Parts: sequence; C-alpha cells; structure tokens
Amino acid sequence: MASHAIEVKNLYKIFGPRGEDFVDVVKKGMGKAELNEKHGHVLGLQDINILMPGGCITVVMGLSGSGKSTLIRHINRLIDPTAGEVLYDGTDVCKMNENDLRQFRRHKTAMVFQKFALLPHRTVLENTIYGLEIQGIERRESEKRARGWIERVGLKGFENHYPNQLSGGMQQRVGLARALTNDADILLMDEAYSALDPLIRVDMQTVLLDLQKELKKTVVFITHDLDEALRLGDKIAILRDGRVVQQGTGQQIVLSPADDYITAFVKEVNRGRVVHVETVMRPLSGNPEGMSLPAGTVLEAAARMMTGAHVATAHIVDENGRPIGAIDLQTIIAAMVTPTSHADRQAA
Amino acid sequence: MAICSFLPELLCKFPAIDDGTIRMARKSVDDGFKGFVRSYGDAIDAVVQPLQWFLNYLERAFVSSPWILVLIIMVAIVYIGSRHVKITIGTALSMVAIGLVGLWNDTMITLAMVTVCTLISIVVGIPIGILMARSGRVQAFVNPILDVMQTMPSFVYLIPVVMIFGIGKVPGLIAVVIYAVPPMIRLTNLGIRLVDKEVLEAADAFGSSAWQKLKNVQMPLALPTIMAGINQTIMMSLAMVVVASMIGVGGLGKNVLQAIANQFFTVGFLNGFALVGIAIIFDRTSQAFGRRLQKHSEVIHG
Repeated sequence: MASHAIEVKNLYKIFGPRGEDFVDVVKKGMGKAELNEKHGHVLGLQDINILMPGGCITVVMGLSGSGKSTLIRHINRLIDPTAGEVLYDGTDVCKMNENDLRQFRRHKTAMVFQKFALLPHRTVLENTIYGLEIQGIERRESEKRARGWIERVGLKGFENHYPNQLSGGMQQRVGLARALTNDADILLMDEAYSALDPLIRVDMQTVLLDLQKELKKTVVFITHDLDEALRLGDKIAILRDGRVVQQGTGQQIVLSPADDYITAFVKEVNRGRVVHVETVMRPLSGNPEGMSLPAGTVLEAAARMMTGAHVATAHIVDENGRPIGAIDLQTIIAAMVTPTSHADRQAA
Repeated sequence: MAICSFLPELLCKFPAIDDGTIRMARKSVDDGFKGFVRSYGDAIDAVVQPLQWFLNYLERAFVSSPWILVLIIMVAIVYIGSRHVKITIGTALSMVAIGLVGLWNDTMITLAMVTVCTLISIVVGIPIGILMARSGRVQAFVNPILDVMQTMPSFVYLIPVVMIFGIGKVPGLIAVVIYAVPPMIRLTNLGIRLVDKEVLEAADAFGSSAWQKLKNVQMPLALPTIMAGINQTIMMSLAMVVVASMIGVGGLGKNVLQAIANQFFTVGFLNGFALVGIAIIFDRTSQAFGRRLQKHSEVIHG
C-alpha cells in the first residue's frame, strides 16, 4: 500500500528557554553534561539523521534518557524541534502550520502509547472510534470500521467494556485498535509494549508482525528491549544520550556492533534468532549436499530443521532456488554460541 | 511605654496619614461611587432585570403549585438523580416534616433562591474555570480575586450591592453568587488541570482541536471535580441565604433573622433544621449523581 518514508534530517532538540541559542555550541561538540552544567539546558537530541523506509518497521532503541521518546514525538510534532527537519512525502512536518499539522495528525499518523492513554470514560468501542470521530466521520461508518479492528486485535465481545475493566494487555490491544482504525500510513508506537508482562509482550509482537505483513505501514517502534527490537525491526537505530550510535539491520548490529556500548548490549542476545544462514555459510565447493535451506533462514531454525532431518550439512538456495553456499551444523552452532566482542570484530 | 522614651517618635507611634487627608479620600471615593450609582444605577437594574423575572417566576411556580405536586416532582428528581431508595425516602420524609411545622412556603422561597443561585454560579463559574485552566496568566489574575471574594466578610460587599440595587431579591442573589461561585471556578480549574497528561497527548496525537479536546477529554475527566464544585456551591448558597435575608430575601433566612432579633429559640432551630434538611437533600443527591456518572471507574480489573 503505502511506500511513504520518513526522513529525519539534522534534528536537534535542546530543552530550555533559549534552546536555539545553543545549537551552534552543540554542533561544535559540546556534550550533554557540559551543556547542562554551563547553560542549564538539557540536550535532548543531537544531529539525528535516520531514514525510516516506507512500509517497514523501524525500531528506535535506547535506554531511558536516551531521547527515543523525544524523537518519536517529533514525527507528529508533539514536540517542536530546536533545529532540523522531519520530512514525510517531501513535506517538512516541522514547518506545517497549525491546521496542516492537525490534518497531518488526523490522516497520516496514529500513535500507540506506553501507558495506553485510553479515555477512561469511554467504552472500548468509543475509544476505538476516537480518531474517526475527530475527523468528523459518520458514527455508523466509523463504528463499522472500529468493530472490524477490535475483532482483528482479538477483543470481540469486549466492545462495551470500559478500559478499567480490562487487563494491561487488553488495554493495549484497544490502543492498537484505536490507532489502526485511523487507517493512517504512519504508525507510531512509543514503548507500546514496555508496560506488558513478557508473555503478553511476545504475543502482542506477533499481533503487530502479522498485521504488518498485510498492512505494510510505516511503523516507528520505540523500545528499550533489544530482543524486541531485533524481533520487530526491519531497521534498528540505537540512541544514546540523544545521539544515534548505530543504525542498520538487526543482523548488522549483532554481528558488528559499533562500539563497546552496543557490544555490551548484544552480548546477551540470542544470536541464533538474528543471524541468517547466508551470513555464516561458506562458498559452495562441488555439488550441493544435504537438505536445502532458503536464504534468510535464521540459524536457530536451520539447526532445528537439520537436526530434525538428521543431516549434518545443508546448502543454501536463493529465492530462485539456485544454490549459493553450504553450511554444516558445526558452523551453525559455533556462530550461535561464539560471543562476538569488539576486538574479534576488528580482527575479522 | 518606657521604651518609647529612647526611640524617635516616628518608630514608636505609627505615622498614619493625617485624618483630614483620609477623610477627603474617603469622601471622594464615596461620592464617586454614589455618582456612578446615580448615573448608571438604572442601566444596571435593567441589565439584571431578567434575573428578577426568572427568580420571581420560579418562586411563584414553587410557592403556588399544590404542595403534593412539588413534593412528587422533587422526589422524582432525587430518585432519577441518585437512583438511591434511601435518599429518596429521606427526601420525602424531611419535606413532609418541614410542611408539618408550617415552613413549606418559606422553604419553597429558599429553594427557588438556591436553585437560581446555583444555576448562575455554574453558568458563570465553569467558563471562568476553563479560561483559568487554559492560561497561567488568567489563573494568576483570577486567583487573588477569588481569595478576596471568599475572605471578605459578606456584610462588606453587601454595602455596594445595596447601594446599586437597593433592597430586594436581586441584590440578595448577587451577594449569594459572589459568595458561592469561587469553589465552582476553583474546582473547574483544578479538575481540568489534573487531567492526565498522557491522555491529553493522545488526544493531540489524533489531531483534536482545542474544542474537541475540551469536550471529549478535559471536561469529562474533570467532571468528578466539577461535581464537587457544584456541591460546594449549593452548600455555600444555602449558608448565605440567611445573610442575604438582611437585604430583603425572604424564606427561611428571614425567619432565622427574626428569631435572632426576638430570641425565638424554637423558631430559630426549626428554620435552621429546615435549611439543614434541604442542604442534606441537595448534597446526597448531587453526590450520588456524581458517583453514577463515574461508574466506569469503579470496576477495576483483577
């Protein structure tokens, strides 16, 4: 459907009454701590450049205070930037006037919040139609659409419940249904699953991935959980102290972390679910042996298939079925368990 | 005063502005105000004339309708508002008791007065409260005025009210509203300011206009606090009708005033208890109504 990318360019956010005055000092290299100490201003974001491809899930990851929630709020301008651009379809969101911005928020974006932010005095159905009601769409039509999405997120039968009557996971399903009912190209998810228990979180991730397969929206997902980032993200950007430390696919980040900070992060990651077979395969020598694995299979899945089929070697085929390389169980296991350190990566 | 012999006179006896100057200033302010009343009094009277009509109309409706009709309507309103059998029965019993001791008509006059005062306070108070919540500057400006309205002894502002409007129901009404409107304004402001920031952000993120945000999010979420404000306003109007009787408001307040002047112990307490009865009816009904509006927040999951 939509192939609308969001491009964040040279974005700076400095919190404080005279933020603009300090953009230049920050550009010249003044850090967060120094700015706070000398001028009493808080550096929220500095020099953010991220291309969020249309129809993909871009995950922005960082710990608390890294500026990730500030960043996502620039996309629908709940926060005004100090300097820089947020481009969507060639328009700079930061330059829109009040009315254009309201139209942009109504029709192009939808947002899911960490603490759900549902209206407590409205039922699930009334919460879900909120976006359409604001747009002035007729009640019957909006209810029809809302009911469809309520059913899709698995809340059929709860239409007339109040948010207080639902568990956290169910409330966030309402949040998701409310955002989807808006039928906007951009879906902004601000730590949407961080308040949920681990099992429900995985469950909700599956819901999102399934929906995304058919909806192909431009999703921006904020999280502090690397596992969640790797599971969801077509592209991941890691933020620290308001700066992007690394961006790329999950595999790139796990296999070649940019610095010690990210290395420390990825150490605990289950690499078997991130690394693809073609990344560790060796070139084909002679005829393809064993079973065939499609390119893009993750190591864990490959190992499961190979042990299930009682074979120790396999060959990898591309989407046209042509063999492109070979792999054996030992390589897979080695790649799954070897902890990459920063030093290893540089040696390689 | 031995200490004074060591101190210069200036530090010992407060250097007041001399009497002549004060008298002059007082006189010019008084004359100015009297002049203002003379030239604009009629215009102001004309402006508040609708209030007089409304008040008279309501009072007549209350007093001249058959008591049984008024009682039935009242009990019905209480039941519809509170959905509470005990409160409804209590209302019926206390109204019957008031009637039995011969205070029915006076109670009706007071009821009409309190109803009008409460309505005016709501109509005036909620918009001001909303404005205050929207702007820190308005809040900084209005708050001290509310402080003055609440702490100034009511007898003091009866003076200008009587000078402008003379003696009667409307000046009484204005005095009561001045006394009763501050909690309405304050609690509307507070209620809106306490609305969860996250929910407001969500409303913004979906592109709500300022009016949509007020209508869909801020007012509904502030409603419990606003209901508390209405409740306070009713209670304060009831307390004030006694004072207002000094400037010609009839009803239970007037009886209390006469009882004070003549040391009629029983009459005083009977009328006092009638006021208490109405107060409790209003209080319980409005609170039960407020709770019913909040039914969505009662059932908490797990």
